[in-house]
Amino acid sequence: MHESGDVRIPIGPQHPALKEPESFLISLRGEKITASSVRLGYNHRGIEKACEERTYTQCLYLIERICGICSHSHSTCFAQAVEEVAGIEVPARAKYMRTLIAELERIHSHLLWLGVAGHEIGFDTLLMYTWRDREVVMDLLAKLTGNRVNYGINTIGGVRRDINSKQKEEVLKAIDILEDRTKYYIDLAKGETTLIKRLQGVGVLSHEDAKKLDAVGPTARASGIERDVRKDDPYAAYAELDFKVISVNSCDVYGRTLVRLGELMESFSLVRQIIRKIPDGPILAKSSRKIPAGEAVSRYEAPRGEDLHYVRSNGTEKPDRVKVRAPTLANIQSVSKMLEDRYLADMPIVIAAIDPCFSCTDRLIAIHDAKDRGKNTVVWETIRLKGIEWYKDRGIDFTSLNKKLTKLF
Amino acid sequence: MSEEKIKQELEDKFSYLKDAVIIKRKGRISAQVTLDKFNEVFVYAVKQMHFLALSAITGLDKGDGVFEVIYHLNREGKVLLNLSVALDKNNPEVKTVTQYCPSADIYERELMDLLGIKVNGLASGHRYPLTDDWPKGEYPLRKDWKGNSGKTPGLKGEAGVPFPGKEAQNA
Repeated sequence: MHESGDVRIPIGPQHPALKEPESFLISLRGEKITASSVRLGYNHRGIEKACEERTYTQCLYLIERICGICSHSHSTCFAQAVEEVAGIEVPARAKYMRTLIAELERIHSHLLWLGVAGHEIGFDTLLMYTWRDREVVMDLLAKLTGNRVNYGINTIGGVRRDINSKQKEEVLKAIDILEDRTKYYIDLAKGETTLIKRLQGVGVLSHEDAKKLDAVGPTARASGIERDVRKDDPYAAYAELDFKVISVNSCDVYGRTLVRLGELMESFSLVRQIIRKIPDGPILAKSSRKIPAGEAVSRYEAPRGEDLHYVRSNGTEKPDRVKVRAPTLANIQSVSKMLEDRYLADMPIVIAAIDPCFSCTDRLIAIHDAKDRGKNTVVWETIRLKGIEWYKDRGIDFTSLNKKLTKLF
Repeated sequence: MSEEKIKQELEDKFSYLKDAVIIKRKGRISAQVTLDKFNEVFVYAVKQMHFLALSAITGLDKGDGVFEVIYHLNREGKVLLNLSVALDKNNPEVKTVTQYCPSADIYERELMDLLGIKVNGLASGHRYPLTDDWPKGEYPLRKDWKGNSGKTPGLKGEAGVPFPGKEAQNA
């Protein structure tokens, strides 16, 4: 109990309502949230520092592993920055390939989100349906790139794999199935009363607050801010493609759902245009290991919003500085505003509605035992035993309880 | 307003910015500002030139005792203005910009944690992104930091976790 009379409860870093480690300190008066603060950093892996010790190509693979969902976003954003510093002109076909994978990634990410949102409001049928459909696009990504996640399609100067006519047909077939399913979800979102009532007016972020707090992506677009890097600062092949920026003015979780569903439809159209327009030619421009001194800022519209990478080169084969600002870091600051004066029960869906990705935000640590000077990575069992010892030192011992349990079973 | 107009306006308003504003390409403008003039240029860019959104703040160790902080401002999501300021490594201090851009809060905490830059006027709050038991005086993004000082938290905090580079392999 806080001196103001409010009850303060910590939620996280590990909590059943949260999908990744983050920590919220919530002040409650009755069922209503009066204040909240967020503590991040539990996924901080020191990737930016690690990049300084690696070559540009090694960095590309490390950067791709910032996040398992929007891995292509990070690798493209990084590659674009390095290519700009090095003055490499990426072939048109490679740009189209990057855009194709980017849109397929957006489709899988938005379908994943729709499932998570369904789960958070107790609508698990939606989770099962969308995640089943998402397998279609996951299989497609695996066929095109060789991987379901961390596609490894990018390299400095272009892409590593081409697309053939048989694959093009498979893409179009899969898009037809997914479009059909998405239309069903749009009908559902517009007609299913329980879903509408549960999401309308929840997690409100006014247009002014979204602007003031620099929200990005679907979070901003659901608050009436028509901002999309693909349109505002076109990269890859977006300048040659036709698409609408989807935005609504409802400023709530329902709006964020409609925006993502609308964006799915735009992505299907984009994929079809890409398949139709993709020019012939090489997929890779020659690049050297050493990148000339310079700096560049690259922007990319990831499924969660604007991703920004800053790369500074000192003329060697390793970057001098790599900075990553993932979209969740920009959006997390608006969560406190969304939670203000709302019910505690709304918290999971409000947080889920920005589609947070804390791996992206915090950017690791492999645990090495200090005693053997970091030669070996510590395995999970050792950490578990150390945990048991740690509690024993503090008088908490489950040994006898464990023995009783073993006897019982 | 085109990139040239933005450059012109900045140079007309602040004579010391002559030749310091560089148009890198469409949608990318960079300007190097000295620490004593930084505040007035930043406030002018935000309030008068409507660079209202802050995309990020990058801190970096340029070596030779110089730090650099780059504020990536954007207008309507289209043009990016990168305002950079050089700091002395022995006394790295900046003023907070949270009163103009509330979203700067988390980026400024990152500067404090990873580079040890003092941000004057920043409200108290959680640190970001390092752990609560991270020792004082250890700043991972400084070029001289190799993670083998023996102070950074390892298991039971007895000794440091060597940074997995060549030194760790040779040890």
